[in-house]
Amino acid sequence: MLLTLIVELEDKPGQLLKVLKPISELGGNIVGIVHQRGRKTPLNRIPVEISLKIDERKVKMLIDKIQELGVVIRSYDEVKLIATTSLLLIGHIIHTDLSDTINRVDSEDSEIVELQVCMPEINRPSTAIVTISAKSPEDLSKAISKLKEVCSEKGIIVIEPVEEEFL
Amino acid sequence: MIKLAIIGFGNVGQGFAELLIKKRREIEKRVGKFKVVAIADSKSSISGDFKLEEAIEIKKKTGKLPEDRIAIEIVEGEDYDVLIESTITDIETGGAGLKYIKTALKRGCHVVTSNKGPLVVAFKELVNLANRKGVKLMYEATVGGVMPVIKLIRKYLAICEIERAMGILNGTCNYILSRMEEEKLPFNQILNEAKELGIAEANPSYDIEGIDAAAKLVILANTIYDCNFKFKDVERIGIDSITPEAFEIAIKRGYTIRLIAEASKRVLKVSPRLVPINHPLAVRGTMNALMLKTDTAGNIVVMGRGAGRKETATAMLSDLIEIYE
Repeated sequence: MLLTLIVELEDKPGQLLKVLKPISELGGNIVGIVHQRGRKTPLNRIPVEISLKIDERKVKMLIDKIQELGVVIRSYDEVKLIATTSLLLIGHIIHTDLSDTINRVDSEDSEIVELQVCMPEINRPSTAIVTISAKSPEDLSKAISKLKEVCSEKGIIVIEPVEEEFL
Repeated sequence: MIKLAIIGFGNVGQGFAELLIKKRREIEKRVGKFKVVAIADSKSSISGDFKLEEAIEIKKKTGKLPEDRIAIEIVEGEDYDVLIESTITDIETGGAGLKYIKTALKRGCHVVTSNKGPLVVAFKELVNLANRKGVKLMYEATVGGVMPVIKLIRKYLAICEIERAMGILNGTCNYILSRMEEEKLPFNQILNEAKELGIAEANPSYDIEGIDAAAKLVILANTIYDCNFKFKDVERIGIDSITPEAFEIAIKRGYTIRLIAEASKRVLKVSPRLVPINHPLAVRGTMNALMLKTDTAGNIVVMGRGAGRKETATAMLSDLIEIYE
């Protein structure tokens, strides 16, 4: 499952490592880390948003461990994303406002969890693989439809996978 | 004695005649004596007492047949039981083939065709006409070449509900994509290679834009769902925008890319898709493959050559035997 954790860290070296260690020990896989430097707390701590994938049975243990280390956990929110698929995009992915594409596909029930873009040369179309996760297969298919709609507007080709349940 | 008239005497028509010569004994053992009473193309014909070998020889040498009666005159006037129709495909209007097939069915004759056009344009009309006249309209060769898919669906799987059909129905596209997968070269380079090898036409748009696969999908879906889908109902994306990088990224994740034609009751689409490398549809070269998902028989996969003179003729011959067996 995907877990988003916001911790408050003191603005000095080595703080992030404190949090990352238990994540690594419990087999979590970090998807993204964002330092919210602009939002320093009155106590001069920096909120850091960490997104990770982890076995849902280990979430409680992770939270306890981090708290034991004296780190303030501002919030954490578990998104149970159970349906996942990857699609290829071909076209002018960056120049058609990539963040707009992502924002329009992300919703409460689904999100783009990974995106890898390959840009061969200027003016040639880019190729990307996007991974979308959602709370249910229905939410996933809604997100795919949305992605296709946005890409069709932007002249980007979407290559969907064949259904693997078909195997 | 079964009387056959062959209309359209190009690659497929001649291939069929050659197969009749080669397999005469096996055919007659199954369905009894037969005779080709006439052969015609758009400008010329041969009829009466003639040898198939001679007709092929004359056509090869002179580019035409010895008599001046043209195809439509034969279709309307000659006395035959089965029309073997293999004229040029026109998926917009149905072409001359549509007229030949209608005329033969109206006269109460069976029809075996390799021509997609008439079935894409007027599937329901032709099937209803054949039913009304109590004759058979056979078209195995129109979808997936030699793969026995139409008879599989109509006979063996007649009691099954086919929830979905997915397949590779165009050998040219499959050749290009599997070569791109192997060589990581740009589309245009592989397309030129395919042209040199005679796998792609000089004007390849019919294949690479997915038009050919979409036409076959219409026939397939109408056969499965007893509907009247038209060409315009197919959502279609071709393969010409696919980049070498797409293959690199896909392969790293265990996928390849293939042009997949997919039909369910609600959707008909032809588009490039990510296909797991170990998936039955990840076939290579000019092969075709079809996977049917059924309610009671699970998944069924058929694979085979999608085109070729002998292959198409074999599919047509299987139709002929089916009519009389």
